[in-house]
Amino acid sequence: MGTEAAVQMKGITKCFGATVANNNVDFELKHGEILSLLGENGSGKTTLMNMLAGIYYPDEGQIFVNGREVSITSPKDAFNLGIGMIHQHYKLVDVFTAAENIILGLEEKGGLDRRAVSAKVKEIADRYGFDIDPNQKIYEMSVSQKQTVEIVKVLYRGAEILILDEPTAVLTPQETDKLFKVMKNMKADGKALIIITHKLNEVMAVSDRVAVLRKGVYIGDVPTKDTDPQKLTDMMVGHAVTLNIDRPQYDKPQERIEVQHLTVKDAEGVSRLKDVSFNAVGGEILGVAGISGSGQKQLLEAIAGLQPAEPGSRILFKDEGGKEHELLGKDPLSIAKLGVALSFVPEDRLGMGLVGNMDLTDNMLLRSYLTGRSIFADRKKPKELAQKVVDELEVVTPNLQTPVRKLSGGNVQKVLVGREISMNPTVLMSAYAVRGLDINTSYAIYNLMTEQKMKGVAVIYVGEDLDVLLELCDRILVLCDGEVSGIVDARTATKDGIGLMMTQNQNKEKEGQS
Amino acid sequence: MTNIVSLLQAAIVFGTVILFGATGEILTEKSGNLNLGVPGIMYLGGIAGLVASFFYEKGNPNPNVFVSVFISFIASFAAAFVGGLIFSFLTISLRANQNVTGLTLTIFGGGVANFFGGSLNKLAGGVGQISVATASGGYRATTPLASLGAVGEVLFDHGFLTYVAIAVAVLVQLFLDRTRAGLNLRAVGENPGTADSAGINVTKNKYLATCIGAGISGIGGLFYVMDYTKGTWANDGTIEGLGWLAVALVIFATWKCVNAIWGAYLFGLLSWMYFYVPGLTRSSQEIFKMLPYLVTIAVLIVVSLRNKKENQPPASLGLAYFREER
Repeated sequence: MGTEAAVQMKGITKCFGATVANNNVDFELKHGEILSLLGENGSGKTTLMNMLAGIYYPDEGQIFVNGREVSITSPKDAFNLGIGMIHQHYKLVDVFTAAENIILGLEEKGGLDRRAVSAKVKEIADRYGFDIDPNQKIYEMSVSQKQTVEIVKVLYRGAEILILDEPTAVLTPQETDKLFKVMKNMKADGKALIIITHKLNEVMAVSDRVAVLRKGVYIGDVPTKDTDPQKLTDMMVGHAVTLNIDRPQYDKPQERIEVQHLTVKDAEGVSRLKDVSFNAVGGEILGVAGISGSGQKQLLEAIAGLQPAEPGSRILFKDEGGKEHELLGKDPLSIAKLGVALSFVPEDRLGMGLVGNMDLTDNMLLRSYLTGRSIFADRKKPKELAQKVVDELEVVTPNLQTPVRKLSGGNVQKVLVGREISMNPTVLMSAYAVRGLDINTSYAIYNLMTEQKMKGVAVIYVGEDLDVLLELCDRILVLCDGEVSGIVDARTATKDGIGLMMTQNQNKEKEGQS
Repeated sequence: MTNIVSLLQAAIVFGTVILFGATGEILTEKSGNLNLGVPGIMYLGGIAGLVASFFYEKGNPNPNVFVSVFISFIASFAAAFVGGLIFSFLTISLRANQNVTGLTLTIFGGGVANFFGGSLNKLAGGVGQISVATASGGYRATTPLASLGAVGEVLFDHGFLTYVAIAVAVLVQLFLDRTRAGLNLRAVGENPGTADSAGINVTKNKYLATCIGAGISGIGGLFYVMDYTKGTWANDGTIEGLGWLAVALVIFATWKCVNAIWGAYLFGLLSWMYFYVPGLTRSSQEIFKMLPYLVTIAVLIVVSLRNKKENQPPASLGLAYFREER
């Protein structure tokens, strides 16, 4: 271990198509320190680290490990340099034991001596204070135990530099504390650690230094003791940008949806939404802001009838005549019939709502095949609708018979949003509608939302970009860790304020504990 | 008593054919490849062995037993190996659908084998005239232990492939459970993405397991031709039926070769039972022939109800793997 840095990255640039994920990033990690890599979603944190782990290869720039320039082209190269990354999605074989997973693919001499492997695993576990049973099967483990296996796997291979990609996203506060203790033990042992996160309280709790990325650009780094959450938020979100999105006011607002004490738990019993209450009003765009995974998906799905809620939750829908309908317990079809439309654009874009191998007409048909008197599906109207969507939204497609998966991402999203709008909904929910779209297409979609709003539709818009939310929406609901940390007027709110609210609850929680 | 002895004998002979088929297929499926071409591969193995001995014995006035057995064994394994190679190339390299490819291979193997089998019959001068007496005799040679009364007849009155089948099944099981290479192979079948990121060569593992597995399955066809039917060729589709039973046996054994051993003999017992139950008409015999399939369905139901992960098929069975999809 010399005086040189454990890792040094110089002038790293990485592009995916036209998107620049990392732009001329200089980055340094010292031995025996815990560095937080902080940034919003899509700021290029994971991409940067994947280049250290051998998943991606930089387009430009140099990487030095222990002062020596290296070229990392595969995960194996990274292992050989002592770099180990613990990904968000664990790479484990379910039916194998912890020990079997740990030695998987290793070219050690001798046969498969399970007892010797278990002993070595135990030794590593004892040294750093892990709690692990080498003979337990992965499918019997909790998420945090699986994470432990991943970390031990990396240590078993002799890693000196560990990268943890949002390790606490799936952990309970107690498990998080345990993880932090182990991380500090590893640091004391001379290992260098990077923790990728967007949770400010964790940055403050565990790291020695913070490096901030924003939109692929390295903003800078500060020692943790010299900073505070407010300063870090400023570095993370930057200054507000004016986008000039048209925001007219609708004169006859009417309440459409009232959500009361909505609580949703996932299959593992972890709360994804905690006591969420708000209302959505016709003629208004309600923005939902929050770090990804704060419960946005569960919220929309609960309203659309795709997500069961805990007892005590209520979601009321108010129709034209002012009559109230309880949406919880209704199936998605009858909710859609009431006029609640959901267009959710997931990371892979096609995942929800459209069938990739079907053409435009058939995808329109998905919404209407149950109507009509004949036993045969009526293809004429869906075809007209498809044509209308193509014309009005300027969808670029050779013809209506093209399978949707062959369209570019933006056009796929237009088809999806266009179809949902064509249902003449009274409530329109849209999540990440502009994900990966260029500026012009994004504006086309914003205009569609505004148009719907001016028709008296209650629009719920889940977005990633705070600048857009501030200019497009009337009100913004901020989610943090499944809880509502506030509902603000978008006309008067500031970017800093919302940024802080997105991380606020965690801080409160911490204060409450100490 | 003699009835029971001959039933057990028949069960073991029958079981040996499908034990080879199932052992090979278990090895293949553990790599995540669902090769439904087992019947076709057994056909290929059977006909290749027969053709090899036929020409060797035809061209040699004094054929040597060991040579005849050896070349037919090699020819059989090689032909089946090539069948596995075709499947591997289509499904691993070209990422064709495994179900479709496997079924096509079954049809292909049957066609090729019956074409050459028919030609061979013609060359030999008519159906049933093929003579590979030396090789078949070699395959069916027994040890003196066979004369040890009823026990000897049941356990030892069989050709050497019967014991090879058990040995191969045990060895494959040991390989899968006890070696690093076996662990890596199972990882490929469970979660190729994980295996890939751990530095395991997914393509190589899948190719090797599929081709060697096919070779082992092919020996089942050879055993059928040389031992079961004593060196003849009939275009009656029996091999195909046995091939499907081998696939059913893989499920019955819950992907464990050790279970396949006793399962194979049980299937043999159930398949031949009709012959030894008195008073059956032709139509009621067919009900008995269904038993192996009914038992397989019962096992599937029980296994699904218990929902124990170890008894489930490899998690990525039947799926092609692209690294870029990560």
